[in-house]
Amino acid sequence: MSSKKKSLTIGVLGFQGDIEENVSATKQALQELQIDGNVQLVRYPEDVEKVDGLILPGGESTVQSTLAAIQRSLPVIKKRISEGMPVMGTCAGMIMLSKRAYDRVVGDTKQKLIGNLDIVIERNAFGRQSESFEADLSIGMLGKEAFKGVFIRAPAVSEVGKDVEVIAKLNNKVVAVRQKNIIGTAFHPELSGDSRMHRQFVKMAVDFSRKSA
Amino acid sequence: MTISLVATEPKPKGVKIDMVENAQMVRGTTLLKRGFAHMQKHGVVMDVTNVEQAVIAEEAGAVAVMVLDKLPYDVRKAGGVARTASIKVIQEIMDAVTIPIMAKCRIGHTDEAHVLEVVGVDMVDESEVLTPADEERHIWKWDFTTPFVNGARNLGEALRRIEEGCAMIRTKGEPGTGNVAEAVAHIRLVNSEVRKIRSIYQDSDKQELMKAARELKVSYAMVEETARLGRLPVVNFAAGGITTPADAALLMNLGCDGVFVGSGIFKSEDPAQRARAVVLATTFYDDAKIVMEAQKMVDEKKSLLGMDTKNLELRMQERGQHA
Repeated sequence: MSSKKKSLTIGVLGFQGDIEENVSATKQALQELQIDGNVQLVRYPEDVEKVDGLILPGGESTVQSTLAAIQRSLPVIKKRISEGMPVMGTCAGMIMLSKRAYDRVVGDTKQKLIGNLDIVIERNAFGRQSESFEADLSIGMLGKEAFKGVFIRAPAVSEVGKDVEVIAKLNNKVVAVRQKNIIGTAFHPELSGDSRMHRQFVKMAVDFSRKSA
Repeated sequence: MTISLVATEPKPKGVKIDMVENAQMVRGTTLLKRGFAHMQKHGVVMDVTNVEQAVIAEEAGAVAVMVLDKLPYDVRKAGGVARTASIKVIQEIMDAVTIPIMAKCRIGHTDEAHVLEVVGVDMVDESEVLTPADEERHIWKWDFTTPFVNGARNLGEALRRIEEGCAMIRTKGEPGTGNVAEAVAHIRLVNSEVRKIRSIYQDSDKQELMKAARELKVSYAMVEETARLGRLPVVNFAAGGITTPADAALLMNLGCDGVFVGSGIFKSEDPAQRARAVVLATTFYDDAKIVMEAQKMVDEKKSLLGMDTKNLELRMQERGQHA
């Protein structure tokens, strides 16, 4: 690698939700992989252009898509994903990436979504907070050891498009998917203390930055 | 771990383990309760008393709504005993919006809290805005599967509430006054108390840390963890008296993780617009240009007039302070 090459930059969408938790999980992943890189908050359209990969954190998806100041960044994110930039959405982040979302109780919502991920989301699919749960998941792409899924008012994937690979299921509900450069999880890998999912994502960002260099 | 699990009871009653088909699903853990609060970060929780207000709040970008019978300003005016909201109203709101629903119960009123848990609210607020049911003891929150938020005016109160099992702290202001001064005073106090134990921790002075634990009336482990983190071990929102977008930005810049707005929105004359403006200022609190945009969205002539907090007959913030 030439000394001029810029180091890897992973962005975390910084509007609302568990932003800092994703920053620290990504830093841990970089450290464990011994990759020289930095993690930045992304809040303005011009920030989106500067990152080699973007994480959309958990939180409340209605909020993350509501304000005009936020909506200005969404088309740029959409464009960069189409260009191949790796993106990972956890919980609310996966909802933001999906094509369509409806609520289990209230039905279709008026949310503005980014829409690159060819799935339909059922929001609050497992129920309200008292139904939030932890469960071990088997995720082939992360190896044999079970991954602790932390599901908080979690969505589930009710329909998947033909290019979408199901990477985790729980009792016949699809809870994690991958479509080329896009990863979506219904659970919160940033809260499980297990950085394998973030490491997987960092590796995708490394490949992308090499290709685009 | 990205979330501190400090003070978790060894076998809390609120943790439920179910086998569903082939999966073991564990509910009510500290990680799930505090994790829920973490999902609220950088957001605005809005007090509402009916479906119409809840819908306005959701459309404006509230991260959750807090259901209560009367807004704090009206509680103050009405006098009498303030209790948890009507179950019917809470249920109507749960059916109308997709964002989380919180509801208040009285301090120490374990059974109001049980009722709210059965109704299915996402978080219970054991709140000083309502008339306390027990001045000596707060609810033992480890017995619940549903997470709790509690108010606190200083570090000792905050850490004691966390030891009782609460998953989120609200730094108390003086509710219903439209005056942000008390909220500012208390977040500053908590910050300076945290700084003090942090510096003791950095000096590795365990004896002094033990002394601090005794003064704060909490365990050594709790003080050590707070000192190590350099902040409260759970999510901390500001509350009480927030009226304008700039008020919200002020508290975010003091290090709060988000804000609660009570009377400030629905006691103003421009609630829908103001709600959006407060969300905008909370999201972009460190960008003065956007806070200005937000401030421009509201009309000061339509703000809750507010009151001086020095000569109040009822100081809600002092409720439950000795427990």
